[in-house]
Amino acid sequence: MAFETTQPGFWARVQRASVERLHIRLESLVVLLALSTAMALLSPYFLSLSNFLNILLATSTIGVLAIAATFVIGSGGLDLSLGSVMGLAGVAGAFVAVNLGWPSVLAVIACILAGAIAGYINGQLVTRAFVPAFIVTLGMLGLARGLALVISQGRAIYGLPPEIVYIGQGRPFGIPMPVIIFVLTAIVAHAVLAYTRFGRHTLALGDSEGAARAAGIRVEHHRRIIYTLSGALAGLAGLLFTARVNAGDPTAGINYELTAITAAIIGGTNLFGGRASILGTMIGALIMGVLQNGLTLLAVQSYYQQMAIGAVLILAVFIDQYQVRKESRV
Amino acid sequence: MTLLSLRGIRKSFGAVDVLHGVDLSVAAGEVIGLVGDNGAGKSTLMKTITGIYRADSGAIEFDGKDILALDPGQRRQLGIEMIYQDLSLAKQQDVASNIFLGREPTKRLFGLFPGFVDKGEMDRQASKMIERLGAHLPSINRSVGSFSGGQQQTVAIARALTFNPKLVIMDEPTAALAVREVQSVLDLIRRLKSEGIAVILISHRLNDVLSVTDRIVVLRHGRADADLVTANTNMNEVVSRIVGGGDIAAAAAHEQRG
Repeated sequence: MAFETTQPGFWARVQRASVERLHIRLESLVVLLALSTAMALLSPYFLSLSNFLNILLATSTIGVLAIAATFVIGSGGLDLSLGSVMGLAGVAGAFVAVNLGWPSVLAVIACILAGAIAGYINGQLVTRAFVPAFIVTLGMLGLARGLALVISQGRAIYGLPPEIVYIGQGRPFGIPMPVIIFVLTAIVAHAVLAYTRFGRHTLALGDSEGAARAAGIRVEHHRRIIYTLSGALAGLAGLLFTARVNAGDPTAGINYELTAITAAIIGGTNLFGGRASILGTMIGALIMGVLQNGLTLLAVQSYYQQMAIGAVLILAVFIDQYQVRKESRV
Repeated sequence: MTLLSLRGIRKSFGAVDVLHGVDLSVAAGEVIGLVGDNGAGKSTLMKTITGIYRADSGAIEFDGKDILALDPGQRRQLGIEMIYQDLSLAKQQDVASNIFLGREPTKRLFGLFPGFVDKGEMDRQASKMIERLGAHLPSINRSVGSFSGGQQQTVAIARALTFNPKLVIMDEPTAALAVREVQSVLDLIRRLKSEGIAVILISHRLNDVLSVTDRIVVLRHGRADADLVTANTNMNEVVSRIVGGGDIAAAAAHEQRG
């Protein structure tokens, strides 16, 4: 039997409090600070307000995808189609605005709706056809990318109306619009995941589907909502990206799911569900952003950046699983 | 006063007859041990009480009402609660989250946004329930998975109590516990009894059954084969009723050792 005979150390207590109250893992915060300090020492350009906004701007698309990944993985699922759905959504929005010439509002709706539909299909297949999420979303990764190329005939769609471009390039009060949208989305998502019944049920579902079912939670229904939400967020990311580069690019978002899932895992999301926090994921997304920004400032080739992201993902899961095993040995 | 009464309950699955007319009655605040060999029909019988299975024929009355046609949710509302062997706990969530899973109290955030979970209220009520059970947990804010088996059982029982049940059915609550933990779970059962809650205890551990129950019902070949008053019986008699003939002495001796 496990009795608490000794008081846990100071670090352990602070750690526990941060996990319980703020829903973040302190290690990720330490890594972010260490990484930022290292970059600041290595590059004179790193520490500046404009570079900080640059990092946030570059993180905003990935950050929104990472929020989606956090909900899905927290619920015990997986969405590998995030990057492709993001690309499809951007093309759909550009197609509506440019090829159809419809008002910008409809183009914005088209982006998010295209993502939500892809996510809804994922959810239906996972919960009704009993195809594993890994396969369903891997299939959707191919389907969405292919459809984006079909719609755009393989070429980027240029000539977006100014309202849409403002979403990507506008700077009210000097702050880039994507950053504002990203931060607002994160705040709402954090409140939903940490403090609402929907969020708690999401984590309970990822923790133990049997317990959730016994508690009267409509498990399949809940999963469908989460996959649809994930798709809609990928649609929002597609909108931000398309508006920023001022083009509906069918190849946008390739491999972004890799970075998004990595950010979620670094932020403390349990790969197998049951534990997740948006605040943690934001720290994870910033770590990825600082890493990419810093490597770029240090003039490291982007090929190496890809390798760094892959390595960080494996390292993050290794550390997480190592801690889980250590805790269960108590 | 009879709380639950079953008369002539029959249940078959296709060609397999599992229950051949079971009679059983439980009084308020009574602790009944339900024992029987594997395949005797214990689980099926419990599921016909909670409403997961519908009995083919026979009568079930609970608290004076005929509940045969009611679904599990309606029966739970009347006060029948079951704690399964796997406990159905979300291991990474804390005590209050598990106790209130699916029916969290909510409040308005800043008096504006509805639907926010009132964690403070949840924690307060959860602490009260744990106290009511006279149990001790390391912390109400720790994830349930970090608790011992007996502590997890406590959480599962506390959750069952939030529905204000009149009858709690427990499936093998002591099967996977250390010796000292078994005692604390048996104490919890006595605590339930003292609050007037009836308990049906399904267990293979006859020592536990003999120490905590008022009556022992032996299920054999789909019938309530024996209904023994615990104070007037002993291990040998219970075992012989369970195995029903054969080498009774050897089986009893084995149980006595185990």
